Amino acid sequence: MSTTYADTAPAFAGTQAAACRHCGEPCPPGALFCCTGCTAAFEIIDGLGLDLYYQRRQLDPTQRPPRPQQQQRYDLQSHIRTRPDGASELLLTVDGVQCGACVWLIEQMLGREPGIVVARVNMTTCRLRLVWQPEAGSAERLVDLVERLGYRLVPFGAERQATETDRTERALVRALAVAGFAAGNVMLLSIGIWAGLTEGMGPATRSLLHWVSALLALPAIAYAGQPFFRSAWHALSHRRTNMDVPISVGVLLVTSLSLVETINGSTHTYFDSAVTLLFFLLIGRVLDQRARGRARETVSRFLALRGGDVAVIAEDGTLLRRQQREVAPGDNVLVGMGERIGVDGVVAHGETLLDTSLVTGEIAPEPAKPGGRVFAGMVNLGPAITITTRATGSATLLAEMARLIEAAEDRRGRHVALADRVARWYTPVVHTAALLTCLAWIATGLPVGEALLIASAVLIITCPCALALAVPAAQVIATGELLRQGILLKSGTALERLAEIDMVVFDKTGTLTEPDLSLVGAPPPDDLRIAASLAAASRHPLTRALVASTGGAMPADGVIEHQGEGLSRMAADGETRLGSAAFIGADAAADTLAGLWLRRPGHTPVHFAFAETARPDAPVVIALLRAMGLSIRLLSGDREGPVHRIAAQLGIDDWQSGCLPKVKLASIEALAQAGHKVLMVGDGLNDAPCLAAAHASMSPASAADLSQTTADLVFQGRALSPVLRAIAVARSTRAVMRQNIALAVVYNILAMPVAASGLVTPWLAAAAMSGSSLLVMANSLRLRGQRAG
Amino acid sequence: MNVILWLIIASLSVAGGGLAVFLWSLRAGQYEDLKGASERILYDE
Repeated sequence: MSTTYADTAPAFAGTQAAACRHCGEPCPPGALFCCTGCTAAFEIIDGLGLDLYYQRRQLDPTQRPPRPQQQQRYDLQSHIRTRPDGASELLLTVDGVQCGACVWLIEQMLGREPGIVVARVNMTTCRLRLVWQPEAGSAERLVDLVERLGYRLVPFGAERQATETDRTERALVRALAVAGFAAGNVMLLSIGIWAGLTEGMGPATRSLLHWVSALLALPAIAYAGQPFFRSAWHALSHRRTNMDVPISVGVLLVTSLSLVETINGSTHTYFDSAVTLLFFLLIGRVLDQRARGRARETVSRFLALRGGDVAVIAEDGTLLRRQQREVAPGDNVLVGMGERIGVDGVVAHGETLLDTSLVTGEIAPEPAKPGGRVFAGMVNLGPAITITTRATGSATLLAEMARLIEAAEDRRGRHVALADRVARWYTPVVHTAALLTCLAWIATGLPVGEALLIASAVLIITCPCALALAVPAAQVIATGELLRQGILLKSGTALERLAEIDMVVFDKTGTLTEPDLSLVGAPPPDDLRIAASLAAASRHPLTRALVASTGGAMPADGVIEHQGEGLSRMAADGETRLGSAAFIGADAAADTLAGLWLRRPGHTPVHFAFAETARPDAPVVIALLRAMGLSIRLLSGDREGPVHRIAAQLGIDDWQSGCLPKVKLASIEALAQAGHKVLMVGDGLNDAPCLAAAHASMSPASAADLSQTTADLVFQGRALSPVLRAIAVARSTRAVMRQNIALAVVYNILAMPVAASGLVTPWLAAAAMSGSSLLVMANSLRLRGQRAG
Repeated sequence: MNVILWLIIASLSVAGGGLAVFLWSLRAGQYEDLKGASERILYDE
């Protein structure tokens, strides 16, 4: 980065050491700060005596520097909750928290404001909880205080959903704690009982220990077993069976049998087996819930940070920031240059070019005129336009997509998880074996009571502890491994499905190509440098692309952003302007309406054009996918020219252009009917139905909201290699799952005859069960730290 | 015999106390921000 920077900005070459005292980015020679925002932030921090922040902080160079930027305004009022004591409460997602010092700074600064009751940042979830009394002022003021330091705050909308997952996770951890407590203590008592068998313990002592075990185990099982009992009951009431059915039957049977034995004062009880089984299984459940909860939370945080508000024009002409869902049909909405359109509607005023790639997959900008229809997700590349929101309902594109997705999901049917497939034959086999054992012993003349006891031993020894752990143990470790590599796994069975695929279908725009446009041609370096110094003050897609093409630039002083038009900067020799053709007063032809124009005093206007480029590692990834035995197809909504160009560049000979969403969907379904298991990788709104219909699906984190919600996996970053890695991890996970199941089944096959011949004692059952569970977990741990390939 | 009874009661109350403390800390939200907790200790005033 620094070399390109030096190339394009010779004036600052050799001054790399001069870093801004606030954000740490390079700044002009002799200056302490890179921009006015940073100067102001430093003054605030210094004025409050919080300089310790600068000594303590550790800036992560891969993350966004804490440079204050012009922020998008969010509507906060609808998220504020008033508490009974009159205080207001607001939850916000904080972007830019990098280390403990950031947390300290935000909390200290807010804590010094009068009227703040609670200001606490959760570093794990990057959330700020604010509670304040009316004298602290408005929520906007408090948010602004933090944003001036260089953070971004977005109201956290998904309170209800988040508390729901929190509650399930907490209930599981509570169950785990209770089961662990009971398992440890019952096992301790059991060791005493087993030792007593050879050391000559009296029946009264043994009975006492059995009763104490029962008192511990019964309430613990009743409490900690609930997640399994509920799930088993749910499956049975729908005439299905899952792994929780044999677990529940086993646990309940073992417990009631042991209770009867305790009452009768006999030698053997199995309370320890029952409780340990629940304890092991709950470990798997908690880890599973945690891993997937974290993945989902990260996705929702992305979406929250990206989804802006909509600027609604009120009747008196003022602009109101509203949330997307609160915009009523008929409202007029202003969309500035570089802004993403938030509603479906019709253009009321203004002419512009729209980047429709996320909606149609077509890269060439489409002109928009008054009366033309526009859809949420398009980006305005030209001057500001006003849009009249259309009646929300079945007519919108989004609703149409949602209908297609629903239909596609119906047709795909429910994928039956590996564990449930095993459970389907496991349950009847084990239960029949137990029944046959019982009948066989009765036939040999054993009393019915004793025959029942032996039959129960069969059920206990085959209790599917290792089997039930086989899949989740591997899955949890694989999920964590993927998460570390920036791949978010959202669906429980996605890894199993991903391992089965034999074909990959790619979308082009935003999937094989970079999500952001890049500068084409080689404009004069001087113009580029000046344009970049203006552009750095803005966060619109085109200005960002311009800055990125220079390898980074620092914003010039005194840049004024004209909402939806461009940027300007006054200097001694006149005004420099960067923006749309109309804004700088260029007489532009229709084909140069898109892109940015720069006018410097005394120079002719310069046009910067932007185009898409393939992701840097795309050719390698495509070749490696082929080497894995997968066939590749490219389905794009774009015109033939660009699709052919990218296909040729990446060596894909099976491609199709100009696909409407319905055509894409039909193509995926035809492949499925021909027996292919397809992985769909796409980002556009038009890909969403395909993502739902395909055997497995992936989306980049830059994808349309609906696509990210639909896809099984979401990957971050510029590279395409996560597709490769996810498939590799899925395949090795499937191998480990199969080994685990084989281990568990072999163990059961070996143990069943021993149990059926009536030789199993409680200590043998407990040892065998723990041993097989530990074996399965150890085998799953092999997935850890494994790289692609 | 009596000794065993007392020992069981004593050990179970110790373990039960531990369980109660854990459930309390879970309810009090002490596990919600493990990453932050490890940093916060350095900034205590």
